[in-house]
Order: sequence, then structure tokens, then C-alpha cells
Amino acid sequence: MSTITLEDTERRKAWGFVAPALLWTIAFFVLPFLFMAAMSLWSRESGQIVRAWNLDNYIAFFAKDSLFKGLMNSLEITLIVTVLSVLLAYPLAWIIAERVPKRFQRLALIMAVLPFWTSYVVRSYSWLLVLSKNGVINQTLMTLGVVAEPLEIASNRTATVIGFVHFFVMLLTLTIYANLIQLSPNYRRAAADLGANGLQTFWHVILPLTLPGIMTGAFLTFVLCIGDYVTPQILGGNNELVLPQIVMLQLGRRADFPMAAALSIILMLAVTAAYVLCARWLKIERA
Amino acid sequence: MRDMMTRIASYAYAGLIYGFIFLPVAVLVLFSFQDGRLPVPPFNGFSLQWYEAVFADRKLMAALGNSFIVAIVSSLIACLLGFLAAYALARYKLPGSALQRGLLIAPMTVSYLIIALGLLTVLNTFGIRLSLWTVGIGHVVINLPLCFAIIYSSMGDHHINIERAARDLSASDIKVMVLVTAPMLMPSILAAFFLSVTFSWDEFIIAFLLSRFDVTLPVEIWSLLRSGLNPKTNAIGSLVFLVSVAVLAVLELTLFGRTKKS
Repeated sequence: MSTITLEDTERRKAWGFVAPALLWTIAFFVLPFLFMAAMSLWSRESGQIVRAWNLDNYIAFFAKDSLFKGLMNSLEITLIVTVLSVLLAYPLAWIIAERVPKRFQRLALIMAVLPFWTSYVVRSYSWLLVLSKNGVINQTLMTLGVVAEPLEIASNRTATVIGFVHFFVMLLTLTIYANLIQLSPNYRRAAADLGANGLQTFWHVILPLTLPGIMTGAFLTFVLCIGDYVTPQILGGNNELVLPQIVMLQLGRRADFPMAAALSIILMLAVTAAYVLCARWLKIERA
Repeated sequence: MRDMMTRIASYAYAGLIYGFIFLPVAVLVLFSFQDGRLPVPPFNGFSLQWYEAVFADRKLMAALGNSFIVAIVSSLIACLLGFLAAYALARYKLPGSALQRGLLIAPMTVSYLIIALGLLTVLNTFGIRLSLWTVGIGHVVINLPLCFAIIYSSMGDHHINIERAARDLSASDIKVMVLVTAPMLMPSILAAFFLSVTFSWDEFIIAFLLSRFDVTLPVEIWSLLRSGLNPKTNAIGSLVFLVSVAVLAVLELTLFGRTKKS
């Protein structure tokens, strides 16, 4: 009997320790999310939020081109950014892991992610300095006489993609490097013993072994990129809006909370779909 | 010969990507010293006038202070709650512990925009006024999963015996936690704390949506951007960057450098 009561008090104590964190998450994350999901089924008529349950917001999303286009823009930009970032980061991570002498690797890696620590809003602004009409690139090209007129590289999709790729190349270099460094050199030796050349070893051995790391990084890129408002707002030039920008528009000018809520749910569904597609490669490590 | 070629190609590629990574930061810092009103070429000469302008700007300085307070307080709360939850889930057998872990980690998988919007709809509906407190609540939501995950993953079973020894010597639970468990886990608790400080410090969308009159630094910088290209924005951006790098260097040399050796 006494062991049971002991276990009971122990258990009560444990609940006491875990309760604050659980309650915080439920009160400020789960319930607000459910509330928002419910709100996405209401509507806004003549300045008032009407609690009549319907799917009008979701129907409007698929019917109105201006809203649906936002999701398409988001998906296109996110896919381009994810693929470009992986393609650019992989070789760099490989060079740091394979070519840079061991004692300089940590330094090389820290240098590769140093601009991470510029403020998030300022990072996009910095690209404006580089890409704008009188920015560094255009002035350099014009001084060199390569172009006569400034190139239109700021305030469009290209600028948004460049801003994003800059951020995610740093992130992916880190995750892919962490993956490459764990590989035992024996794999490469074995492949060489079996007569594979460098390219074959990479294609048939190294790449498949690092695929989980790539996919984890790519998924992270996808999630962070598709939900970002700042980079497209600063660099995108307001011609092609992405979904987060449209959400913010609903909040600002129109104060249409139910519509903003519905669009957020759609954004989340897009992320969930991406998760399901990558799930077989995503290994969440446990302690 | 071929090896030589690939080596040169490798270093050239690395140089190119490093150039791409550092280009905007270099431009940002260089033109924060611009002697003139436009932070673009040509560079007119060296001047500290924009740094003076930053320090003279009351709103920017207030935002800096707000950011600091929100970051420290929200990270302390996130670390404390994260530590307690990690302790409970690693040391006791609780029903549905996998579900609890999943719930605690869940906010990590949701965009900040959605977390902010959820909180905003609730706060609006219940007529709660937006303030630095609401920003702080949001920041604890995003940092708690991080703190929990970091601390939980470092709570290895090899610590159990030391805690048991303390308990056999009649230390209370709180004493074990404060005097035994927490000191053993200090490196990961500090790592969680500092990571969480940097995340909160730099966070924009939650701070933007959940604040009104008192704002944090990223929100204040955002309103500076409306004036277009401005060397003052360069100056405050460079300052934030240099401070972060300095903090990072100190951490690398003291905290992380030490844990690696031990």
C-alpha cells in the first residue's frame, strides 16, 4: 500500500513540474489556434464580425484570383528558393568538410553563418542597398560600362529570391556540414576499393547517405520561407504578393480577421502537405 | 594535376559563396560611415554622424531597451518552464508523456505569423490591450519548445544516480533540482537561454502584431525603413550586428569552448 501512495505523491509532484509549461502552451498556443480556426468559418459584414458558420472565406479563396495567386506565388518562390539554396550550400558544406584543414573547419563554418546575426529586418534592407537602381551592383556595372541603363533587379521576384537564398544558404551549409562530418571515411574507402571513381562514389554513396540531412534542411527552409512576410515585403516590390503579405493586408486595411484566419489555415495546410511529402526522410532525433 | 584543378575550383567556389554571403553585410557596415545622405556608392568619406543620430534618437533607444527587457524576461520564463517540464518528463513516468512532449514541441512547427495571429484574435476578442507583455507572452510561446528540447535532450540517464545519491542524503526535490540537476545541466541551460534571447531579440512579426505604443527594436527599424535608403538604418543595423557578433565570440571562447574540452 505504501508504495502506491508514494507513487501517487511522486506522480502529483511530476504533474506539478510539467503543468506550467503545458498550461502555457495550451493557453497561448493551442486555444488561440483553435479560436482562429473557428474564426476562419465566420465572416465580416459591414465592419462587424458575424458568427455565422460557413465556408465563405475558403470559397472566396479559390474563387478570387487575387487570393489564390498568393498561394501560387508563395509555393513557386519557396520551391525555387529551397532548390537553389540546397544546390549552392551543398558544395560549400562539402568543401568545408573535405578540403578545409580540420583545425580551420570550425572557423570556416562560423564565418559561413556570421551574417545570420544581422538583424532579420536589416538583412533584407541590406540587399536593397546592393540591388536597388542606384545600388552597388548597378553602379559598378555602369562604371565598368557593362550596362548603360540600371538593371531592374530590386523590387521584384528576383530580389525576393536572392534575399531568401542568402539566408538559407547559411542555414543549409550548417545542417549539411553536420551531416557530412558524421560520415565515416570508410564508406569512401570501400567505394574506392570496389572501383568507383570520385563522381560515382559521390552519386551512389555520399549523396544517398546525406539525403536525410538535406531533406531536414530543405523542410526547414520550406517552412521558414513560406511563412515569411518581411523579405517579400521589403524586396518584392508589391507586384506579386505572397500569402503572408495577403494575410497582413486583411489585418491592416480591411480588418477582416476571419479572412486572415482562413488564409493562415491554408498556409498551415501547405506546410503540413510539405511535411507529409518529406516525412519519410525526416528523422527527428531523440535523446 | 587534376587534384590541383579540383582544389583551385573548390577554393574559387567557396570564395564566391563567401562573397555572396558577406556582400550585403559589408555594404551595410561600410555605408553606415557614409558622409552624405545616401548609403549607396560613391563613398564620400568617413563620418560617424549617423551613429550620433542613432544614439540621439529617443525612440530607437527606447526600443532598444524594450527589446532587451522582453528578450531577457521571456527567455528566463521559457527556460524555467522548459527546465521544469524536461525534469518531469525525463525523471518520472507520466501517462501520455509522448503526447506531452509532442504538445510542448508543437509551436516549433508553426509559422510565427500564425502564432501571432492566433494570439491577436484572442486578445482582440477579449479586449486585452496590446503591450510589451503580450509580445513577451508570444515570445515565450516560440522559445519554450526550443528551451524544452535543448534541456530535455541533455538530461541523460547517467545523471540519475547522482540525483539519487543527493536524495538518499535527504535532499528535498527542490534542493536536488536547484543544487544538483541544474548545475549539471548548466551548459545546455545557458545555451537554451542565449539562443532564446537572440530569437526574441530579432523577432519581428509577433512583436509587430502584438505591440502598440511601446515597440521592440525590429519594429522600430521597420518604421525607419519607410524613409527608404537611409544611412541611419545602416548605423543601427551595423550596431546590432557588431553587438551580436561580440556576444557570440564571448560565448564561443568561454562557454562552448569549455564544454567541448570537458
